[in-house]
Amino acid sequence: MDALLLSLKLALCVSAILLVVGVPLAYWLAQSPWRGKFLLEAIVALPLVLPPTVLGFYLLVAMGPRGPLGKFWQFFFGHGLAFSFEGLVLASVLYSLPFAVQPLLASFEGVDCKLLDASAVLGAGKLRTFFRVILPLSIPGVVTSLVLSFAHTIGEFGVVLMVGGNLPGVTRTVSIDIYDHVQSLEYADANRMALVLLAISFFVLAVVYALNRRVGRRLWSPWTAQ
Amino acid sequence: MVTVDCAINSAALAVRVRKQLPRARSTSFLLDVSFKVLPGITILLGPSGAGKSTVLDCIAGLLRPDAGKISVDGDVLFDSEGGTDRPIQARRIAYVFQSLALFPHMSAEENVAYALHHLPKEERSTRTQEILKAFRVETLRTRKPSEISGGEKQRVALARSLVTQPRVLLLDEPLTGLDAELKAAIVDDLRAWNAARRIPVLYVTHSRDEVDALGERVIAMENGHIVSEGTPHEVLEAPRRKKLAQAAGFENLLEGTVVDLREADGVMRVRLAESVCEIEVPLGYAAVGDRVRLAIRAGDILLATARPQGLSARNVIEGRILTMERRGNLVSARVNCGVIFIVHVTPGAVRTLELAEQSQVWLVLKTHSCYLVAD
Repeated sequence: MDALLLSLKLALCVSAILLVVGVPLAYWLAQSPWRGKFLLEAIVALPLVLPPTVLGFYLLVAMGPRGPLGKFWQFFFGHGLAFSFEGLVLASVLYSLPFAVQPLLASFEGVDCKLLDASAVLGAGKLRTFFRVILPLSIPGVVTSLVLSFAHTIGEFGVVLMVGGNLPGVTRTVSIDIYDHVQSLEYADANRMALVLLAISFFVLAVVYALNRRVGRRLWSPWTAQ
Repeated sequence: MVTVDCAINSAALAVRVRKQLPRARSTSFLLDVSFKVLPGITILLGPSGAGKSTVLDCIAGLLRPDAGKISVDGDVLFDSEGGTDRPIQARRIAYVFQSLALFPHMSAEENVAYALHHLPKEERSTRTQEILKAFRVETLRTRKPSEISGGEKQRVALARSLVTQPRVLLLDEPLTGLDAELKAAIVDDLRAWNAARRIPVLYVTHSRDEVDALGERVIAMENGHIVSEGTPHEVLEAPRRKKLAQAAGFENLLEGTVVDLREADGVMRVRLAESVCEIEVPLGYAAVGDRVRLAIRAGDILLATARPQGLSARNVIEGRILTMERRGNLVSARVNCGVIFIVHVTPGAVRTLELAEQSQVWLVLKTHSCYLVAD
């Protein structure tokens, strides 16, 4: 149960951070006329195609005692980043970034630009237009983004293993717990955990597709994302 | 309180805008207009693609002109020379888009109150109720745009744009898709609202029908330029040229007199000067009896050696070849049909048809190959 609680805690933290990071990032990607923004789009999408071990490897190096992130963390918080919960959160945020940004971007871009013109003509600045028009019309995208970040973080394995190791209560998440159980031939325990994950994943995808149906257009689907 | 504020507002909108616009297929489009809009409704008339909406976007500040000056009663909103470019939010210009752009997640009341967020709650509510009433939509306060009819949406959109007490109102075909009666009712309410305030209203449309019903003044635009300006009567009936084709590049420039207007077909018949020869040309701003000039490209005229039948082309003119002259890959023939036409044909056609001087021929001309030109 420790592993499940840890996974839920991790997923909650990551989803919250991704919402705060993803909303401005997606808004910038949707609005910026900058020609080179495809580079940033490619970087955000990298975790979709990169093997988790590659991402995990570089993060581990960066977070290690001699890596830049590790040194920074050591200086300010007095302990290392690798094999810690904080390190796991940071790695998961990067790994789930495309799942958070893509639905947000799709719904921000889907807002009729005439509405934004109308808002400006009615005297609203960019900030007011965002909070009164763009964001309220993008609620399905925000929910999709949150739900996918949450689910993707719960289900991740490779990055967690690389960066977090397998410390019970600190970095041993559900997926790693299942792996451990299987390695020790404890199939009943593995099955129990796997069922929970299966249920969560199904619930999450059902929510996403129900939202897509209500919005009448695709904010996200596994077929377009991968 | 409201009237005092608006009495100061009654003023003219002066616009001078030049903008190069990229268009599809690498042909660029130059918008170059200069006009004044006085208090009351002025119609900006022209076919789609004439640049009408672009003008409105420039006035509202959604687009930046390459050069020009836009001012409301001397208050400069944009001036390329002075470096003035007031932000959209600070222009106090109301703009109703063709799509209306009502916020779909807000009720009619919330839509209208959107621009009043800086006011105290009580005043905001008073002003909102007042304008909803003026446009007869006070009973729809709590409804979302998706829950009201097209005409009601248009009323809410007008109320939303006017509740800010703007200095100018821009309307981009906001009443398209409404039947004439409903349209007239909405315009009456707009007129009533504007009677006390007298702000300039610029109403864009491509429909000639709306001109008489709505406008006190009309500005006709085509291809990014103003082609005529005046009262609806002057613009629609006076002998002005709708198509301002450049005379250069046309081998045939013919004088003529309008003998018949067929508005329903969008054509008129023109008798060519000093002949009995009549041809059908696209409808222009002209009246029966007006003198007009037509331009026709020599390459747009077909030549036949027998009277052709079953053609979609409306003009078949009998004539006789006067002279033929070879010019590189084509032959230029002068044909006498009462007036002289210059016709370009290929050397191959000359051989096959056995064309020679004094041959009897028939000229075939499509209506839309005939251009009205300015004097």
